[in-house]
Amino acid sequence: MSELHTIVCMKVVPMPEEVRVNQETMLLDRANARSIFNPPDMNALEMALKLKEQHGGSVSVLSMGPPFFEQYLRLTLCMGADHVYLLSDRAFGAADTLGTSRTLAAGIDKIGRFDLVLCGEESSDGATAQVPPGIAEWLDLPQVTYALGVELDPFNRRLRAKREIKGGHELLLVHLPAVASVKMGANEPRFLDWSLRPWGERAELVTVWSLADLPVDLEEVGVAGSATIVDGVRQSKSPERRREILSGSAEAEARQLFERIKHYLREQ
Amino acid sequence: MTKSTYGPSDARGVWVYLEHQEGQLEGVSLELLRQGRELADALETSLTGLLLGYALGDLPRRAVACGADVVLTADHPALQLYGTDSYTRAVTAMVQDGKPDVLLLGATPNGRDLAGRLAVRLRTGLTADCTGLSVDPERRLLRGDVVGFGGGIVATILCPEHRPQMATVRPGIFAQPEPHFDRQGDVRSFPVAPEPEDARVRVLERSVSDSVDLTRAGAIVAVGRGARGDMGVLERLAQLLHAEIGGTRVAADQGWIGRERQIGQTGVVTAPRIVVCCGISGAIHFTVGVDKAECVVAINTDPDAPIFEHADYCIVDDMFAVLPHLVEELAKAGALAG
Ligand SMILES: Cc1cc2nc3c(=O)[nH]c(=O)nc-3n(C[C@H](O)[C@H](O)[C@H](O)COP(=O)(O)OP(=O)(O)OC[C@H]3O[C@@H](n4cnc5c(N)ncnc54)[C@H](O)[C@@H]3O)c2cc1C
Ligand SMILES: Nc1ncnc2c1ncn2[C@@H]1O[C@H](COP(=O)(O)O)[C@@H](O)[C@H]1O
Repeated sequence: MSELHTIVCMKVVPMPEEVRVNQETMLLDRANARSIFNPPDMNALEMALKLKEQHGGSVSVLSMGPPFFEQYLRLTLCMGADHVYLLSDRAFGAADTLGTSRTLAAGIDKIGRFDLVLCGEESSDGATAQVPPGIAEWLDLPQVTYALGVELDPFNRRLRAKREIKGGHELLLVHLPAVASVKMGANEPRFLDWSLRPWGERAELVTVWSLADLPVDLEEVGVAGSATIVDGVRQSKSPERRREILSGSAEAEARQLFERIKHYLREQ
Repeated sequence: MTKSTYGPSDARGVWVYLEHQEGQLEGVSLELLRQGRELADALETSLTGLLLGYALGDLPRRAVACGADVVLTADHPALQLYGTDSYTRAVTAMVQDGKPDVLLLGATPNGRDLAGRLAVRLRTGLTADCTGLSVDPERRLLRGDVVGFGGGIVATILCPEHRPQMATVRPGIFAQPEPHFDRQGDVRSFPVAPEPEDARVRVLERSVSDSVDLTRAGAIVAVGRGARGDMGVLERLAQLLHAEIGGTRVAADQGWIGRERQIGQTGVVTAPRIVVCCGISGAIHFTVGVDKAECVVAINTDPDAPIFEHADYCIVDDMFAVLPHLVEELAKAGALAG
């Protein structure tokens, strides 16, 4: 078989606990939030790097987002990725999953030959889990969502994938090329290899494409290519709790708690 | 603009996709029937249930009893197990034939797998994992509420021009209907046939073990990293409280609890009368899963743990020092009651 080429879709997201709703504008204020890689995307990258170690080939990282993503994406080069593709254009902004998956699928088309596309199960800011099946549909490829682990059968160009379902799991046999989304915690992502730092800085390892570079129309991306709109956001409030502190020895604490919760025993 | 296969003026009816397991409708499917009924009434239209599978038996009749006016069935050996390709093709054909205004699915792994694929094939909008659904009375549009950023923010999403307006709905949020077996409904079967593309993915093995449903638990003992996998006293506590064991993602990652017992944003949202949180720090990803509990108890050695802001009764102590005494008190009380 020709060399295994895996494309990993990765997104840079704000740290969830640092995002606030601006009470005046009712818009999300991400400006003060630090950024990280979407956690399950790191598991997808790790899965791709493992496949490369086992079977050879190469790993490309693909992302759609603003130019500042580049400094983060370069870190993946220091983990073992071979090339980074960043799709960046004002026209791509504010897309829902229809527009986002269309744009990423166009990026994958433009990259050319590949065997496997790996995504995270869901993004912590979009939180839809819809982009991976969306990419698979635009590319007309088979999909495996919520993958816990994969094994490649390189000679038959097939993948065995263990996938989570409600209350259990299933084992699938999938013909490549295919798209899979990876469960958060499916593996232990590796650390940066600092000796690769100079390599990670090399200019030619990051390709930035704008709308004009991609085989897609303006009408299919960004807001124009989206079907949903946000009709308002609000800070969700947790319910008020009593927050009564029970103190004393462990035994005294247990007894006070028992007094306060014993009626739950009888009512069952 | 990317156009859907039909538009608002041709669209009519609320449809719900019904998952089932071993001859029973899934909890979330019952919830969809109840919530779909309300939306259909608000839009003055009918409610249709979609049932795909093999040897569906009396499931269509049950769906009618739970609120469906029409049930569309696709009953075929090729649909015995869920597969993205075969199911997407069947539902697409049904949708293009019946042109629903709204299509709801459960936010289960398979429901989300299907919904994501279907929405792009139909070139329409999909709102993920809704925790609230309503109808905008003026525009007659579906409003879907979704929680974002680990539970801190709620956004309302509309799909104004594309049809169907699709949404997946988080299990355990909505109530289940009372079945009325004298309700009348129309059951229609829809023709399907296998295609070569179905062979792209083959199911080699499927195992569903612990199918506990924490969304329905009346009492929960929730465990976190602080439990260090020492489950003895926790299981005893759960027994005495008639509680299910649940826990944080850490507890599930460590294998101390099954994945279906993980509580929170990427687990289940629970609504028990009481939940006892042991050795849990209280990350917002977790607390969104217990916010609907009537009473929250927290035991944690760290006085600054955020869990205490989400608790009614707070004990700043070692869980392994406190729990044996609590178990003793509960056992005594149980002995008295028995
Ligand atoms: C996108 C995303 C989604 C997530 N989804 C979820 C989710 O659905 N559910 C979920 O739970 N998490 C989720 N998480 C993870 C979440 O952010 C936290 O990391 C996790 O909830 C922490 O679990 P914990 O409280 O068990 O562990 P820790 O945060 O490590 O807390 C352990 C606590 O135990 C206490 N402790 C230690 N020893 C004792 C003792 N002897 N007695 C009493 N207390 C003790 C410590 O003081 C500490 O507060 C998600 C994270 C991300 C990024
Ligand atoms: N802008 C993006 N760039 C790259 N990958 C993305 C982007 N948005 C989503 N993805 C991928 O799709 C997965 C699911 O995201 P979502 O559908 O937003 O929950 C993520 O874990 C990523 O792998």
